[in-house]
Amino acid sequence: MGHILVFAEQRDGKLKRVALEALGAARQLAADAQVLAILIGEHTAALTQTLTARGADKVYLIDDAGFSHYSSEGYGRAVADIAKKEEATLILMGATALGKDLGPKVAAKLGGPFAGDCIALETDSEGKITATRPMYGGKIISTVKCRTATYQVATLRPNVFPVNDPDDTKESLVENIAPLPDLSSVKAVIKEVLASANTKVELTEADIIVSGGRGLKAPENFSIIEALADALGAAVGASRAAVDAGWKPHSYQVGLTGKTVSPSLYIACGVSGAIQHQAGMSSSKYIVAINKDPNAPIFKIANYGIVGDLFEIVPLLTEAVKKIKNE
Amino acid sequence: MKIAVCIKQVPATESKIKPAADGKDIDRTGLSFVVNPYDEFGVEEALKIKEQLGEGRITVISIGSDKTAEALRTCLAVGADQAIHIKDAALEGSDAHALARVLTAALQRENLDIIFFGKQAIDDDSGAVGIYVAEMMNLPHVSAINKLEILSDENRAVAHRQIEGGTEIIEVSLPAVFTCQKELNEPRYASLPGIMKAKQKPLSVLSLADLEIAPDSVGLDNAVITLDQLSPPPTRTAGTPLEGNAEEAVSELVRLLREEAKVL
Ligand SMILES: Cc1cc2nc3c(=O)[nH]c(=O)nc-3n(C[C@H](O)[C@H](O)[C@H](O)COP(=O)(O)OP(=O)(O)OC[C@H]3O[C@@H](n4cnc5c(N)ncnc54)[C@H](O)[C@@H]3O)c2cc1C
Ligand SMILES: Nc1ncnc2c1ncn2[C@@H]1O[C@H](COP(=O)(O)O)[C@@H](O)[C@H]1O
Repeated sequence: MGHILVFAEQRDGKLKRVALEALGAARQLAADAQVLAILIGEHTAALTQTLTARGADKVYLIDDAGFSHYSSEGYGRAVADIAKKEEATLILMGATALGKDLGPKVAAKLGGPFAGDCIALETDSEGKITATRPMYGGKIISTVKCRTATYQVATLRPNVFPVNDPDDTKESLVENIAPLPDLSSVKAVIKEVLASANTKVELTEADIIVSGGRGLKAPENFSIIEALADALGAAVGASRAAVDAGWKPHSYQVGLTGKTVSPSLYIACGVSGAIQHQAGMSSSKYIVAINKDPNAPIFKIANYGIVGDLFEIVPLLTEAVKKIKNE
Repeated sequence: MKIAVCIKQVPATESKIKPAADGKDIDRTGLSFVVNPYDEFGVEEALKIKEQLGEGRITVISIGSDKTAEALRTCLAVGADQAIHIKDAALEGSDAHALARVLTAALQRENLDIIFFGKQAIDDDSGAVGIYVAEMMNLPHVSAINKLEILSDENRAVAHRQIEGGTEIIEVSLPAVFTCQKELNEPRYASLPGIMKAKQKPLSVLSLADLEIAPDSVGLDNAVITLDQLSPPPTRTAGTPLEGNAEEAVSELVRLLREEAKVL
């Protein structure tokens, strides 16, 4: 296995958890090869230590105002240049909004194979990757095989790969990328980033999700879901029925035409669990269903189910969680 | 304004998808096929731009077998002006790089201002082809857009894309590539007169030779990545419903989440 390059995504000076998961995956695959990280942004230098502790043998760094915002061309060039310089066998990043753009961009620049949204990776003796990835909205799990061991690009589904325990004794090796990729020819430029008012915890990154469906009856009743989510430090999700009714924006939707999530715990309240909803959440580690209909399909995939009225159950659960957290 | 939309024909979203017996493909018996839903947003956006500017020409392009012609006719029926169907036995098993090269060869003949793709095809869920084409054509792109505005000088556009916890607003010079996400618009349905008219609209069929692409540069033998095995997703088994009144069920749930699942 040759070197593995991990694109360590950060936003607002915070590393994405999936960046550490990518380091974890890289470390497992690397055997005695090197794991290199590339970190791009402004005010990023402080994060290099974390990358080292979590498995990077060397960190390539861009800490520059011109790179404070993502651009496919600028970031793509930086990653492709380092991949070439290091003759990277494999380039890993999270399947985030950014990674879904950057991964194919880098693959296009390098001509290497691209596997998106991977849930498992294996390597053969030559360093060629076999990736496991969902297709058809999760109705199929496929394995894809790379036929070349150079410049293989994979994006990783968040919350799937384990993070390494930190090793704070490791000496960090950081190299500033110089000269910086020329941005003067970049033709698609971020002018502004609007923060959405609602997302305390981002759905696709959340370890726990509480979601509500049509069973909530009215938009204001989402406050019941939000109270439980707050108590758990969880993100809030919604079924398409709740989104189509205008109770929550599309960014909350879980499912085939919404987001795909794989938290440790998914609590579905007043969600029937239609096949299209399941497409987005059935890979959650634990599923809890709260629904008054014992025949709701959600119970077929739930580890724990409570048949009952969510307006009674959910507040009780919120209180119980608060009690534990205060202990 | 000259606009192209690359479309793929895929199994309808509500289809039951199962692996074929050999696990090398899906079982295609009884499936109905549609235009990839994310590509429909591209067709609709093209129609809106043409209506807004009062002029324009919309070309829909697809690589696929004979059946793909139906998907192209559907796009003509909702209002696209012409269709290009790229069909060649040598393309069987091609990877995204090869498909992008072929599309690029076809697109380069058209002198386009805007090229739309879906953010992903809902069969392979890959999300690569549009971004590859942008790179091959040396054009800027914005992926997974949910809003697009063409600025009045017609040389620039502003696109929105959703990121974790926010929205990026991106200005881009034209010509450019966009890949379309839900929320961009509400695709219209074909009207009966639209369907009739579509039959008269030009649908040209191109082979690799027409595009001057060597057959031995595409296809399975030249793919850098191949599909190996398809399987159904792991099945989950239903746990037992928690018994008792609401208080009892909740406290049992909390116990299980702490002691068994260890997630609390
Ligand atoms: C192409 C396509 C794409 C789709 N994509 C998605 C998608 O991405 N995501 C998605 O979610 N759906 C999607 N759908 C829609 C999906 O088929 C379902 O219609 C939708 O998920 C139903 O939402 P729901 O469970 O909230 O509503 P319902 O199916 O109406 O279920 C409401 C549930 O609430 C329960 N309930 C009612 N009152 C109470 C109460 N007081 N206490 C407890 N339980 C109660 C009921 O028993 C019922 O089970 C898609 C459909 C299509 C055709
Ligand atoms: N065979 C094809 N013909 C035309 N366009 C395609 C084809 N395959 C993919 N595309 C386009 O590329 C987008 C992304 O596809 P994919 O990379 O396969 O997820 C699709 O939404 C289409 O716009």
